[in-house]
Amino acid sequence: MSAGQTVAAIAVMAVITFLTRALPFLLFGRRGNPPRGVLYLGRYLPPAVIAMLIVYCFRQVSFQAPANWVPALIAGLAVALLHLWKRNNMLSILGGTILYMVLVQVVF
Amino acid sequence: MSRKTLSAAFPYTLPVLMGYLSIGVVFGWMMAAIGYAPTWAAAMSAAIYAGSGQYLAVDLLDRAAPLGDVAFLTLIINFRHLVYGLSMLDKFRGMGWRKLYMIFSLTDETYALLAGVQPPQGVEEKGFYFSIAVLDHLYWIGGSVLGAVAGSLIQVNTEGIDFAMTALFIVIAVEQWRSSRQHLPALLGAGATLACLLVMGQDNGRFLIPALVLMVALLLLLRPRLEGKPEDDAGQGGEDW
Repeated sequence: MSAGQTVAAIAVMAVITFLTRALPFLLFGRRGNPPRGVLYLGRYLPPAVIAMLIVYCFRQVSFQAPANWVPALIAGLAVALLHLWKRNNMLSILGGTILYMVLVQVVF
Repeated sequence: MSRKTLSAAFPYTLPVLMGYLSIGVVFGWMMAAIGYAPTWAAAMSAAIYAGSGQYLAVDLLDRAAPLGDVAFLTLIINFRHLVYGLSMLDKFRGMGWRKLYMIFSLTDETYALLAGVQPPQGVEEKGFYFSIAVLDHLYWIGGSVLGAVAGSLIQVNTEGIDFAMTALFIVIAVEQWRSSRQHLPALLGAGATLACLLVMGQDNGRFLIPALVLMVALLLLLRPRLEGKPEDDAGQGGEDW
């Protein structure tokens, strides 16, 4: 990517991120009440989106060779179990990532 | 924001300092791993300021995703902010020019802090909230720069460091799973996405668009079942993430 394309991508991300934060204030800032449908989606869409992004992260998994799926499976389970156990974001993310790096670089 | 409000706010932000430094360092390191100088990581953390959004951004920059894809993914990953804003409408009222910055800096962590804290006795309320927002933003930029500089100086094999994005999303999912009794939306999201991935293949992540449409349609269909009692106050007291 050229520097110009990178700047454009960052600008798009910055503007859209800001808009998602500003929208409630723009729409409902003057003591309006948000439609119930919006509240409903605002509550139940985020968990669905995160589940979707996890599937997206694993999109390159294939079952042709163990190296294509075993490290992702082990490290993914490790993150979930670590987090259920200690509930420490730093430990879960760093621990899982280092485990994954060791698995893809050394073991497989 | 005065020295007094800053020093009053600082102790409250310590958990965010720890969290942002570590998640920011990993973000900066991932940027270095795909060949970007530390100034890029700093600029992104200053201008975008969104943890999971920026982790996804590393992937988008690395595969030179078209701007349309960048816009779409940024929109859906940040959709949850809608809920945060709704519960901050009153808190930010009357903050003048600082309100714009408060809205810009309403990340998951800052939201969680602002939703839960009260300023100590004798500390001006709005200045206290503003100080929290500014401190958190500085931690995030600091962590990113630290990671980006370390990543460009220390030569290690970074293969697989992109798994940090996966790990972050799994952590968020575990938190959401624990904080909600309603697990259908998460299962539905995974199922719909998996179905679209199997049908369309993983080419450039395009399967996410029909997956999102399918998810919204299914959620709207299931609304009578999920919403329960009509007086159930959906959207109040959002989750940690």
